[in-house]
Amino acid sequence: MAARAVLSESDIDRTLRRIAHEIVEASPETSALVLLGIPTRGVVLAHRLAGYISDIAGIPVPAGSLDVTMYRDDLSTGGHRTPAPTEVPGGGIDDRVVVLVDDVLYSGRTVRAALDALTAIGRPRLVRLAVLVDRGHRELPIRADHVGKNLPTHHGERITVKLRDVDGTEEVQVVE
Amino acid sequence: MKHLLSTQELDVDQALTLLDTAEEFQAVANRQVPKLPTLRGVTMVNLFFEDSTRTRLSFEAAAQRLSADIMTFQVHGSSVSKGESLKDTAQTLEAMGADVIVIRHPSSGAAATLARSGWVDSSIINAGDGAHEHPTQALLDAMTLRQRFHSEPRGALLTGLSVAIVGDIVHSRVARSNVFLLTTLGAKVTLVGPPALLPQGVDDWPVHSTFDLDDAIDSAPDAVMMLRVQRERMGDGSLISHKDYVRNYSLTRARADRLPQDSIVMHPGPMNRGVEIASQVADSSRSVILDQVRNGVSVRMAALYELRGGQA
Repeated sequence: MAARAVLSESDIDRTLRRIAHEIVEASPETSALVLLGIPTRGVVLAHRLAGYISDIAGIPVPAGSLDVTMYRDDLSTGGHRTPAPTEVPGGGIDDRVVVLVDDVLYSGRTVRAALDALTAIGRPRLVRLAVLVDRGHRELPIRADHVGKNLPTHHGERITVKLRDVDGTEEVQVVE
Repeated sequence: MKHLLSTQELDVDQALTLLDTAEEFQAVANRQVPKLPTLRGVTMVNLFFEDSTRTRLSFEAAAQRLSADIMTFQVHGSSVSKGESLKDTAQTLEAMGADVIVIRHPSSGAAATLARSGWVDSSIINAGDGAHEHPTQALLDAMTLRQRFHSEPRGALLTGLSVAIVGDIVHSRVARSNVFLLTTLGAKVTLVGPPALLPQGVDDWPVHSTFDLDDAIDSAPDAVMMLRVQRERMGDGSLISHKDYVRNYSLTRARADRLPQDSIVMHPGPMNRGVEIASQVADSSRSVILDQVRNGVSVRMAALYELRGGQA
């Protein structure tokens, strides 16, 4: 198994800062933003992005987590999954601009589940999607609004995202 | 996990997975739409050979919140009273589409028999078998204890907590399931009851036992779990009179007042107010009885998810 580094720690940081700027530019109203990360690493990314956006916009931007386990369509084949916490910031998501954040966008099924999970919590004005890596191979008509890096891959390859808060080290690798 | 038959066969990791999953499901109850699509297409059958409104409703609520379909098999007036065997009943239910059978039965081991006989492929949940076990009751009790004594319940054990279980231990599947689950999670359990109502082999269980409720109270337990007194076990010809029982084993206000400030009082319901528990105690701030009911739905959701979530 050969692992090839594609983003270093400083690359990841620079990429997140760029995405933060993009989100601010694309948002009609920064004060309406809520960032929801998809566990596990999406949550870390959502909090970091919220921090950068706060710095740029000068106002606090709430971030939380959205667990999608119970909404997956592959529970029967994906093996057993234990649900992770969903933590919606106090203001809720009604009429807010929700940015879903995940580390890797692949088939699109996780995002599909996340959209369903959102409807059980409230009705956002807009929902956007930000991902650190888009590796292609979509199985559903879903695309990201903000992409850190497009990484064309083979099905047989794996993308490994490591973040300091979860893994102790920080980089993105392609594992063949 | 294919079946949930007893707490005796749950290891620490399995118990924690069930309890942690239940915590996540509890959060769902507070959402705008308190319903998950997870078990769409799964059919749960309540197969009850004994009356139990609460447990049955709790399983129904759990299944509904997970979008499962529900069938209920009532014993009264059913073909069982016409002599149909458990095997035929279960196979009939499975032919109608049952994926999970929740069974309550007066005979110890009925759920295990159904699970291991090979008669059906369904997942089996034991909702009470004779005086043997009632695992989801013990899970909801453990969940309630965890919430009360840990600010972050997820992942927490019950290490060091002391729990007194009081009453008719020998006939109680609730007590038995709790003994195994709570000790697996690290709690210290003391069984309290009159000699006739403590089990013979109690010395082999991983617990202490005493005949004296006042001793147990003075040992400052973190929780006192009162069991329901079954009236048919008292009175004429039985080993203990109703009057003696109430005098010696009722959790009166005076006894409850001697408990440490943050000790809690539990009861699996339905209560006999004024018998095993005084009304003022049941309604006091120590009482977590309604939390137990609430948690019951969450742990049953967790059990259904553990058994069928991977195979819907």
